[in-house]
Order: sequence, then C-alpha cells, then structure tokens
Amino acid sequence: MRYSALSVLKQALTGHKGWQPAWRDAVPAPHYDVVIIGGGGHGLATAFYLARDYDVGRIAVVERSWLGNGSIGRNTTIIRSNYLLPGNLPFYELSLKLWEGLERDINYNAMVSQRGVYNLFHSDMQRDAYARRGNAMRLHGIDAVLLDRAALRKTIPYLDYENARFPIQGALLQARGGTVRHDAVAWGYARAAAKLGVDIIQNCEVTGIRQMGGVAVGVETSRGYIGAGKIGMAVAGATSQVAAMAGLRLPIESHALQAFVSEAVKPLVDHVITFGAGHFYISQSDKGGLVFGGDIDGYNSYAARGNLPTIEDVCEGGMAMMPMLGRARLVRHWGGVMDMSMDGSPIIDKTPVTNLYLNAGWCYGGFKATPASGVCFAHLIAREAPHEVAVGYRLDRFAEGWVIDEKGSGAQPNLH
Amino acid sequence: MRLQCPHCGPRGLAEFTYHGDATVQRPVDRGAGSSAAWADYVYLRDNKAGVHQEYWYHQAGCHAWLVVTRHMRSHEVMAVRAAMVRA
Ligand SMILES: Cc1cc2nc3c(=O)[nH]c(=O)nc-3n(C[C@H](O)[C@H](O)[C@H](O)COP(=O)(O)OP(=O)(O)OC[C@H]3O[C@@H](n4cnc5c(N)ncnc54)[C@H](O)[C@@H]3O)c2cc1C
Ligand SMILES: [Zn+2]
Repeated sequence: MRYSALSVLKQALTGHKGWQPAWRDAVPAPHYDVVIIGGGGHGLATAFYLARDYDVGRIAVVERSWLGNGSIGRNTTIIRSNYLLPGNLPFYELSLKLWEGLERDINYNAMVSQRGVYNLFHSDMQRDAYARRGNAMRLHGIDAVLLDRAALRKTIPYLDYENARFPIQGALLQARGGTVRHDAVAWGYARAAAKLGVDIIQNCEVTGIRQMGGVAVGVETSRGYIGAGKIGMAVAGATSQVAAMAGLRLPIESHALQAFVSEAVKPLVDHVITFGAGHFYISQSDKGGLVFGGDIDGYNSYAARGNLPTIEDVCEGGMAMMPMLGRARLVRHWGGVMDMSMDGSPIIDKTPVTNLYLNAGWCYGGFKATPASGVCFAHLIAREAPHEVAVGYRLDRFAEGWVIDEKGSGAQPNLH
Repeated sequence: MRLQCPHCGPRGLAEFTYHGDATVQRPVDRGAGSSAAWADYVYLRDNKAGVHQEYWYHQAGCHAWLVVTRHMRSHEVMAVRAAMVRA
C-alpha cells in the first residue's frame, strides 16, 4: 500500500481497519545472495539501496532482536554535516542530501526537520576554530554561517549569555542540520526494502560465520544455518563480537552513551543547540520533551546504560547554557552501546575474509550517517569497490597511518 | 559504579580517569620491530562482552594507576589492584 494523503483519508473514513503491516516478517530461507547482519538503521538502509540500485539477487536482513531495539531507536535524532576533515565532509554531506529526499525515496514520513544546528562558542580561540570549520564546510559546498552574539541572541534569546565563566560569544550555524524521527527511519527503510523483496528476519541472532578456505559462505543463527553469497556486518555496538566470529580483531571499543528527556513543555527550543564549553546538546521533540545528551560515559561497556557522574556532568552543562532547564523534571534516561573506533571515524570496507564486508565505527554519531552509510555499503558489496565519498573509511588506515581523527585525540576512543 | 582504591578505599567514579584495556602489551623493540606489532598494540582490541581488565587513574585521589577487573555487561567490579603490583 502506498502512503499518501488520499490513503490516510480513505482509512479515516473506513475506521482505520484497512492498514496493513508495514513490512513482511519473513522466515529465513536456506540461502540468500546477500545477508546483512543487523537490522538497525545502517543494515536496513543498506538492504534498501542494494535492492533498489543493484541487481544482486535475494537479500535478507538478519536481526537478533526486534527492529529498532538498537541505537537506531535510542539516539537523540540529530543530523548535520558540520565536519572538518576532507575524509568526512563529502560523506556526511551526501547523507544530509539523502535525508532531504528520504521521505519521497521511501514513501514514509520520517519527520525530517531541518531546524538548524547551532554550535555555541565561548572564547576567541573557539570562535577561530569554528570559523575554520565553517570555511572548510563552505569549501565543500556545505552551508555554514558564523553568528556573533547579537545575531544569535535575536534567534535564541533564552540562553545564559552573561555566564561569568562561559559567556556565549556566538555560534556556528548549519541551517540545513536538524532532527529526524529515529525509529521512523528504521520502519521506513524496512518497509521500503521489504516492498522490493528483501526478507527482514527478526529475533534471529547470528552466532557464527561459516567459512570455507578463507571465504565466508553463510551464518549460523538461532534459527538455523543460512547460506550466503556475501555477508555484510552492520551491527554497530556488537561489531567486535560478530567480527570475532570470523576471527577478526578490530580497532573498536564498545562504550556507553546516555540520553535524557524532560517532561513535555510548550514549544521552546526551536533548534538543535550545542554548548561549547562542555559537552551538552539539546533539541525539543514534537511531543514537547526536551531531548538532551552529552559525552559518552568514558569506559568500555556493553550494558546499554550508564552511571551517575555522566548524568551530573550533562546536567551541569545544560544548567550553564540554559539555566531555566533546572525547572524541568527529567522523566526518562537511557543508554546505548557505541562502536567507538580508534580515530572516531567509521569503517566501510572489505575484510581479510572474502565475501565478508564491514560497516562499523559509528561512535556516537552514526544516526545522521544512516542514508549515506546504506548507499556506500551497498555500493561496496555490489561493486566490490568503495563508493567515492567513502574512500577514506578503509580498515587498513590505522596500520597505514591514514587515520581520520576529527578531534585530534589519538587512539583513545573515550576521548573522541 | 564505585571503585575500591587499594590506597583510598571505595571512591566515586568521578574521581577516576579511564585508560582502556590493561592487557595489551607494548612492543619491547623501541620501534625497531615490525610496524604490525605496533599497529596491533595501539589500535586493536579484543573488546569482549565479558570480563575486562582496564586501567584507571585515581586523578582526584592518590594519583595511583589501578588495574580494575570489571564485567562489561553488568558493570560489576570484581577486583581492583595497583598497576605497579604485577598480577
Ligand atoms: C543515546 C544515544 C544518542 C545518540 N545520538 C545521536 C545523534 O544525535 N546523532 C547521530 O548521528 N547519532 C547518534 N547516536 C548514534 C547512532 O544512534 C548510532 O551510531 C547508529 O544508530 C548505529 O547504527 P545502527 O542504527 O545500524 O545501529 P543499531 O540500531 O544498534 O543496529 C545494530 C543492530 O545489530 C543487531 N545485532 C547485534 N548483534 C547481532 C547478531 N549477532 N545477530 C543479529 N543481529 C545483531 C542489534 O540487535 C541491532 O539492532 C546516538 C546513540 C545513542 C545510544
Ligand atoms: Zn586512590
């Protein structure tokens, strides 16, 4: 069924009895030409673009849980392409462009909202750094505006501009940045992929990767063996575990990232705002909750929850930037498992095992990357060569000295 | 999470700084050996979803480096020892 204003009207008039499940819940077949492990945003997007743009035969997405249980359903929904380094800028800009056309591409309302991302700065040095970043963006044809304090204050009057320690001096604005309804992205891609014939298999955990003479030939799962011509790993926080099934050791650590939502309030925060003197960012959901977060907890974890010091740190950042936040009650907080790479940038590449492909290292910022990650991973799997915007995301860049270290913090995942 | 510092007793997490996997071994060749061994040491990690040995620095306390044994799924701290004391 195609979704449209007409279909909504028709269903409204007939008591909403005609809606069908958005995708087929498939039973595993004995063999597929391509098996994607992981039904998060990246796995589903990969399957969709593979099915739409290439002729690779039968495709399955194998998910150990239900769709949306991973980080795709836990993130704070921010999209942007305000990066600095050449290896990253074209990739994230492709992603932002794909977000702009996504809802038409997949016929699904993902609530893409380009409300603008404002990165505050608090010192001369930080302004210079943001001016440089904005220039790098513009050189790549990406929108960026450096706002001084007066201009910023006109748009966002409610921040603590006179804060004694961290006075707000202005912001770098990417007006095309914003938010997208995160779980709608999973559902929308799943529905669009299933429509093109992709089997989406939930509650099916991959427990082994079968190889014959250095060639991957299939996956052992909790629902039996599934043969595969090619296998793509897109399991984010579980990357090291799944890669270990093929004997691989990767430049990745899993870390905890938390997020927070306040009680619903009337429309207040119209944009995405990030504090520059600590790590804190905030936006407001359509339901009214203030959605905010900050740094990863900083130690290895697979627990999908964090600890109190980080909660305190995030809230302190929020109070320094926007003191009125102290009046709102926190109603929920949760955590997810991040696949932190050693340089803070992702990997989309072949592996030393033939027919086994890797998509990982998304750190705390892989949501915004979802469409481009899908396009580039599909390209890699179908064409056996990297997509032109992902050439830097090689697995051997660590050993070869071509790391893409946006933060310049070295091989210390908890600092990226 | 609280860590039982062998010098200071049980202390809150905010006093400590984390430094990752304590089982990786720095090559002893002072740079003369293969770069593969160095790439391995600097970048590759087991990152298992089980028991993990890791360095923590008691930054706001006694300034000792500690080796903490902790479970990655439950955050349960199973042991803490001074890094100077070889296991
Ligand atoms: C609190 C929080 C806030 C965030 N905020 C942002 C943000 O504002 N902007 C942004 O860009 N990014 C953000 N991120 C990061 C982003 O959510 C992730 O980088 C991204 O979702 C990871 O890709 P994914 O969607 O494919 O992962 P996931 O949704 O985690 O998908 C991986 C899937 O693999 C499955 N899997 C694992 N092991 C197996 C197995 N053995 N067999 C079968 N399936 C398996 C998992 O069940 C999971 O469904 C945030 C993350 C968190 C947790
Ligand atoms: Zn101590």
